[in-house]
Amino acid sequence: MPSALPIADPAPLDGALPASVVSGAAERNFGVYLHVPFCRVRCGYCDFNTYTSDELRGARRTDYAGQAIAEVAMARGILERAALPERPVSTVFFGGGTPTMLPVTDLAEMLAAVATTWGLEPGAEVTTEANPDSVDADYLSALAAAGFTRVSFGMQSAVPRVLATLERTHDPERIPLVVEWARAAGLQVSLDLIYGTPGETIDDWRASLEHAIAQKPDHLSAYSLIVEVGTKLARQIARGEVAEPDEDLQADMYELADALLTEAGYEWYEVSNWASSPDHASRHNMAYWQGQDWWGVGPGAHSHVGGVRWWNVKHPAAYAERIAAGQSPGAGREELDDETRRIERVLLRTRIRSGLDIAELTTDGRLAVAGLIADGLIDGRAAIHGVVELTMRGRLLADAVVRRLLVD
Amino acid sequence: MGRTDAAAWENCATLTQSTTEERVSPRASKALEPASTDPAFIRNFCIIAHIDHGKSTLADRMLQITGVVSDRDMRAQYLDRMDIERERGITIKSQAVRMPWAEDGQTYALNMIDTPGHVDFTYEVSRSLAACEGAILLVDAAQGIEAQTLANLYLALDNDLTIIPVLNKIDLPAADPDKNAKELAGLIGGDPADVLRVSGKTGDGVEELLKRVVELIPAPVGIKDAPARAMIFDSVYDAYRGVITYVRMIDGTLSPREKVMMMSTKSTHELLEIGVSAPEPTPTNGLGVGEVGYLITGVKDVRLSKVGDTVTSFAKPATVALKGYSEPKPMVFSGLYPIDGSDYPVLREALDKLKLSDAALVYEPETSVALGFGFRCGFLGLLHLEIVTERLEREFGLDLIATAPSVIYQVTTDDKKTVTVTNPSEFPGGKIASVSEPIVKASILAPKDYVGTIMELCQGRRGTLQGMEYLGEDRVELHYTMPLGEIVFDFFDHLKSRTQGYASLDYEPIGDQDADLVKVDILLQGEAVDAFSAIVHKDNAYAYGVLMTERLKKLIPRQQFEVPIQAAIGARIIARESISAMRKDVLAKCYGGDITRKRKLLEKQKEGKKRMKMVGRVEVPQEAFIAALSGETEKKEKK
Repeated sequence: MPSALPIADPAPLDGALPASVVSGAAERNFGVYLHVPFCRVRCGYCDFNTYTSDELRGARRTDYAGQAIAEVAMARGILERAALPERPVSTVFFGGGTPTMLPVTDLAEMLAAVATTWGLEPGAEVTTEANPDSVDADYLSALAAAGFTRVSFGMQSAVPRVLATLERTHDPERIPLVVEWARAAGLQVSLDLIYGTPGETIDDWRASLEHAIAQKPDHLSAYSLIVEVGTKLARQIARGEVAEPDEDLQADMYELADALLTEAGYEWYEVSNWASSPDHASRHNMAYWQGQDWWGVGPGAHSHVGGVRWWNVKHPAAYAERIAAGQSPGAGREELDDETRRIERVLLRTRIRSGLDIAELTTDGRLAVAGLIADGLIDGRAAIHGVVELTMRGRLLADAVVRRLLVD
Repeated sequence: MGRTDAAAWENCATLTQSTTEERVSPRASKALEPASTDPAFIRNFCIIAHIDHGKSTLADRMLQITGVVSDRDMRAQYLDRMDIERERGITIKSQAVRMPWAEDGQTYALNMIDTPGHVDFTYEVSRSLAACEGAILLVDAAQGIEAQTLANLYLALDNDLTIIPVLNKIDLPAADPDKNAKELAGLIGGDPADVLRVSGKTGDGVEELLKRVVELIPAPVGIKDAPARAMIFDSVYDAYRGVITYVRMIDGTLSPREKVMMMSTKSTHELLEIGVSAPEPTPTNGLGVGEVGYLITGVKDVRLSKVGDTVTSFAKPATVALKGYSEPKPMVFSGLYPIDGSDYPVLREALDKLKLSDAALVYEPETSVALGFGFRCGFLGLLHLEIVTERLEREFGLDLIATAPSVIYQVTTDDKKTVTVTNPSEFPGGKIASVSEPIVKASILAPKDYVGTIMELCQGRRGTLQGMEYLGEDRVELHYTMPLGEIVFDFFDHLKSRTQGYASLDYEPIGDQDADLVKVDILLQGEAVDAFSAIVHKDNAYAYGVLMTERLKKLIPRQQFEVPIQAAIGARIIARESISAMRKDVLAKCYGGDITRKRKLLEKQKEGKKRMKMVGRVEVPQEAFIAALSGETEKKEKK
């Protein structure tokens, strides 16, 4: 998650939720996100809320699992007091940072706390992100044994030069090994790729894609590199040491990714995500786009429950203090009104393949659909059936499409 | 007073009494009564000076030394009322102030008439000069005389004024009074030793200057018993009092509550108040021959009280008006548009208010595809345009875009119809028989080292050298005839930058000439962007087309489709660029469920879109229009 938190109202120290969150809760899934804010080194492009050991101001990594578990207990109380129905957890996602920086026993304990607190739905999706050089066969087996069903490796690229620019430390040769170990342990596998890194050529990207596809993962994400303000990469670009990513080249790369992945039998289900079959789409990821409920545990984590969004204090030390004091770690929150919730649905659902119900649009928005079909940005057939579905070009211009759909 | 004993007089500048026994008090013991002052004891004069040569500071010092403004009321540059004037150090609207002064036991009334200093206001200057018998020619002792000063000096001599040459700022380390005194003496005749040296800042030499005003400037002459004739030399709108008309009485007298008539329009008004500025308005029993003062009639529009017009008595009117009156003629035109379209009514109201105090400002509503609703405004010149724009922005809180200034063209089509064009959009289509454009006589004054670069610039602007003369050892005056249209288009900026700011420019209209002029349109995706159309010489059309298409290519963001940018004369394309379609506009991911951030970004983007202007289907940021009109792109690249 980004290091800058949105500006909104302060969150109450008891974390209490308004009564409005109950409305429609039974129709929404409930997921849990657990943030692990630790990395061995910070990569030059990264502006996520993560810390290396010397940035922690006394917050000890070994204490972290216990703090997260304490927030889970607090969450249960808050949801109960808001009179939300008991819902078993549909998806759990450990993200970071590098969750696998923690001993596997920590991850297992945190997952167990979630499971005992709310229960896991049968067939629940339980994922952790992993750095290819921070796991081995034993670690992966232990994850599976603890109840994890899925692992998402930060592969990023198969080209050493590109990995070096990204300041990723793993050896690309390790990818086949970790994928094999994960599969042997019974885990589904996803690979994360980044394209458009300064200096990366279209052939470099083709090599990365081919290498990734050769591992036959169940799921693939391809994210264009975004230069975030305040990162080392942004400073390097500002100083002219590194070239700015070229958006046209990124567009070519996206088109190449979709072509190669489609040829290999993967289908897009969200602008940046492809799966080998609809079953392998990330349900946790989809929950964000569909506006389901989830509780985000850990420093800087974001939550959404029934139209209330909030986010925790960012620094692990500040987080630890709140938890120790028995207070909600919430830093800010916003309660969305009906129109804002509609805007969010347009914004979020337009990005997924199952699309947006055209009935969500205003009269002007429905008129805009015709222009978008004419411009080749949304699929005409789907629109006639009442759904906004992006075309290939439309996916690359998704934000522009959303602005046109939300025309005032 | 020589320079050596000047220091002894510094005290006068700080308003303590002089201790020098043999001199009379610098202040008159009792001021002369207006309305009954013998013209023999009146002196009417003005100060001719370049913008920053210290005229206002000198005027301030005179007000202090004559005692009409106390130290406590003194604020720098008392006579310049508006903020803009004070900040820019220039006087836009002139005023008159009556100062008592005694020499050799006789009390005098000195009327100092403050003139606008800029070439744009030549007509106003000429009327101010016509109200005087003499002028102080004030020149910065470090910088020497400038082109605008020469122009005004010329007008003063043309009005038979007595000139008192004065070098100012002699306290400055860079002052070179010997050299500049020689230059002044060479210009107007006389001995360089007679050129007075003063410092408006310290007060040094100012008393001696007042003494010379009394000695050298002739007393006004008029017929006491003739029907009243007063010349309007300025007319100012005051929010509380309505129009304040400044007049110089030529013949007869005017009295309070008398009914007066403006001779050009025959409109009649009752005099609600008549008085003199001392310098605050002071009602009097009237004004007599040779006197300078103000009239208030309750009129709310300066157009009813026009500079140069003759005021007479309604009961006993004069039959012949004073010479020299003419209607203000706008020379430069530009479209003014509010950046926020919803400010259009505010702009209209602001112009309506400004015109009350600015008789030379003309305007009419205009619509632009690119810029929305605005006004086509006519100005006396570029400075007038700049001042009006700045006043609109400052006094009315408006954010404005001004289109490239244009002049008046007479376009004759093949079927012998003649169209007056002040806006490229009025340029007729079809076959053109001839186009006539205004030309000016331009005088450029600069150190001789810059002659080459100035000639190059003027030739590039279709100037014809008429002559060149040396003023002193190292300064040259170049005379050109040049199309006004070439001057209004950033000529002055180029002149200044080529000469490190040393050159000064003056110009005056001298007529019209036929020229090979064409209208160049700039098209975005086939649609003409009216704000960028320009009338240029055929030889410069291609360069203009390339300049604008390249600018726009840099300024207009990529769209979801390819956008051709073309420059065209009629149907003929003379330059072309294109903006390739934007291919990627999507954020790759949402960070750990931070939907709030994503939504806020969308809101920001939508806000940004609202500020876009549509040219056909092309979204153009307002800033792009502004930047393209102002040439910011090239300036940035140079840095």
